[in-house]
Amino acid sequence: MSLLTPQRPADGAHTDSAATMVPDQSRAERTSSFDVSAFPVPAGREEEWRFTPVDRLGRFFRDEATGACLDWSQDLPAGVTLTTMPVQEWRDLGVPQPQDRAAVVAAEHSGGVAVVDVPADTELSEPVRIRLSGAPEQLVHGHLLVRVGRFSRATVVLEHSGVADYSEMLTVLAGDGSDVTLVSVQEWDDRSHHLAQHDVVVGRDASARHIAVTLGGGVVRLNTNTSYTGPGGSFEGLGVYFADAGQHLEHRLFVDHEAPHCRSNVEYKGALQGDTARTVWVGDVLIRASAEGTDTYELNRNLILTDGARADSVPNLEIETGEIEGAGHASATGRFDDEQLFYLMARGIPEDEARRLVVRGFFASVVARIGVPEVQEHLMEAIERELSAGVA
Amino acid sequence: MSTLEIKDLHVTVDTDQGTKEILRGVTLTIESGQTHAIMGPNGSGKSTLAYSIAGHPKYTITSGTVTLDGEDVLAMKVDERARAGLFLAMQYPVEVPGVTVSNFLRTAKTAVTGEAPKLRTWVKDVKEAMGNLRMDPVFAERNVNEGFSGGEKKRHEILQMELLQPKIAILDETDSGLDVDALRVVSEGVNRAKETTGAGVLLITHYTRILRYIKPDFVHVFVDGRIAEEGGSELADRLEAEGYDRFLTTPAEA
Ligand SMILES: Nc1ncnc2c1ncn2[C@@H]1O[C@H](COP(=O)(O)OP(=O)(O)OP(=O)(O)O)[C@@H](O)[C@H]1O
Ligand SMILES: [Mg+2]
Repeated sequence: MSLLTPQRPADGAHTDSAATMVPDQSRAERTSSFDVSAFPVPAGREEEWRFTPVDRLGRFFRDEATGACLDWSQDLPAGVTLTTMPVQEWRDLGVPQPQDRAAVVAAEHSGGVAVVDVPADTELSEPVRIRLSGAPEQLVHGHLLVRVGRFSRATVVLEHSGVADYSEMLTVLAGDGSDVTLVSVQEWDDRSHHLAQHDVVVGRDASARHIAVTLGGGVVRLNTNTSYTGPGGSFEGLGVYFADAGQHLEHRLFVDHEAPHCRSNVEYKGALQGDTARTVWVGDVLIRASAEGTDTYELNRNLILTDGARADSVPNLEIETGEIEGAGHASATGRFDDEQLFYLMARGIPEDEARRLVVRGFFASVVARIGVPEVQEHLMEAIERELSAGVA
Repeated sequence: MSTLEIKDLHVTVDTDQGTKEILRGVTLTIESGQTHAIMGPNGSGKSTLAYSIAGHPKYTITSGTVTLDGEDVLAMKVDERARAGLFLAMQYPVEVPGVTVSNFLRTAKTAVTGEAPKLRTWVKDVKEAMGNLRMDPVFAERNVNEGFSGGEKKRHEILQMELLQPKIAILDETDSGLDVDALRVVSEGVNRAKETTGAGVLLITHYTRILRYIKPDFVHVFVDGRIAEEGGSELADRLEAEGYDRFLTTPAEA
């Protein structure tokens, strides 16, 4: 087996970030289990927790039910159902297991799984929308399953807002030949904490997209894991984040290529503004020996708008077979480019407008790929708001 | 009728080795309709003069004045200088990822004139100007300067000059990196802009070949941060024949 972690120098100015690192073990060896006792309470030095402010998250690791819930509201297009399922039944589906302490506790104590079902051979013209908002008093264990039947096409948008401590376990099962987009929008109040494990299981010849939009929250940590049940599957992981002072926004991806002839493409872009604004991006890709014909690429870019912000970016590619179509990654963290600003201003464009143009331009490529117009528009407006708040 | 007046301009930059004086007393007046050529060897400070007039933050003005029709240019911010009617075609135009040329041009035009251009005529103007500069219309949807060849970047600079219609344009080595055909096309663009707007032009160049297409009224030889000699277009011919050698002092004399 070879561990490949090329170090790609950033273009332009560079504030570093943890250098690309070689893990001491293969990503495949990380514990996954339905059993809470398999995961000790993290101290913060563990590989999967080393960037996270675990001292602010004690509640998430406590092995006890709270019975608390978020407020739900939803739009379900015709044919889509929302039901609940006992946790045991969810396990029996053969779903991916929890991969850290917070996720295993969430799955253990959720009290039941909210299940969104899109039947087979169904094409939704409207997205499924689920709005979740805060329940400030107690930690909420949330458990969701999105099941899209074979040859169906569906978009599911989850919107999070308000004040909450929310520990989430979400499974997306994209049936064979289906086309699924899951969008998770985090616009929490800055007092909120949100830890999540999202598992995307891509069926044979299915195409699944997971889109994370994280704009608000004191601590948000989203672990997105992708696996494939058969050949021909395709996964796109897109992310946009914007961290302000005091926010810790962390996105970790793991794409596990085991089935042959599958594709994955990950693009995350983030901006940081304000003292102590903090972002973490970890992109693990494992191409197992059996995954011949894999084609994978991952990219993370961070734009630091002000002093005092810090972005970590850690791409990591493990390749166990030489028979692949392609595998690559790129990661760069740069400061706002004053030469770009000068060029635009030298054409008469005022500074605040020039800044907006550059930042909008930075996000443009990934936003254009989202393909859900309402999400794109909302996102661009939110970015404008973040920028004008920063200038003020 | 506009006048850009540069008086005894001294400029420094901060380097790792400390502060370095690059412009050492430049005095120059450019009026509408005039074409001034500044010629000089590499490193003599030509770009520094251009950037200082445009307001690049890297350069510190230590003394001297720059006025446009009596207004203090040095007190203006970069964008204010452009809106006052100054334009700099850069030697190394900057790539701006994610910002399309058409969006950029419209935003700049709106900023410079203070109102959004009428959509129909604007689209036609841009198309026509691009056609004149032999720029493929697909450039309108590409990102500003991103992946442009050296020559394409220079055409894009002159496209902006034609569309933004400045009072005084400073062209920093617009001729470098252009083949003969491109040089002619770009020069025609400059001449067109001059004719339609009566702009004054400060043409910075290392070589005389562009002066075959754009006739200078005045030629200034720039050496070691100041103007060493001035004359008419015949001075350019002389430089073509003799080079800069006679202006260059040996290190011992300097
Ligand atoms: N930021 C800087 N740090 C150090 N030296 C600088 C800096 N900017 C300019 N200089 C120096 O100032 C001098 C003048 O530079 P400038 O770019 O103005 O020359 P130029 O006449 O335009 O040359 P060229 O013909 O090569 O374009 C050069 O010696 C250059 O190295
Ligand atoms: Mg120069």
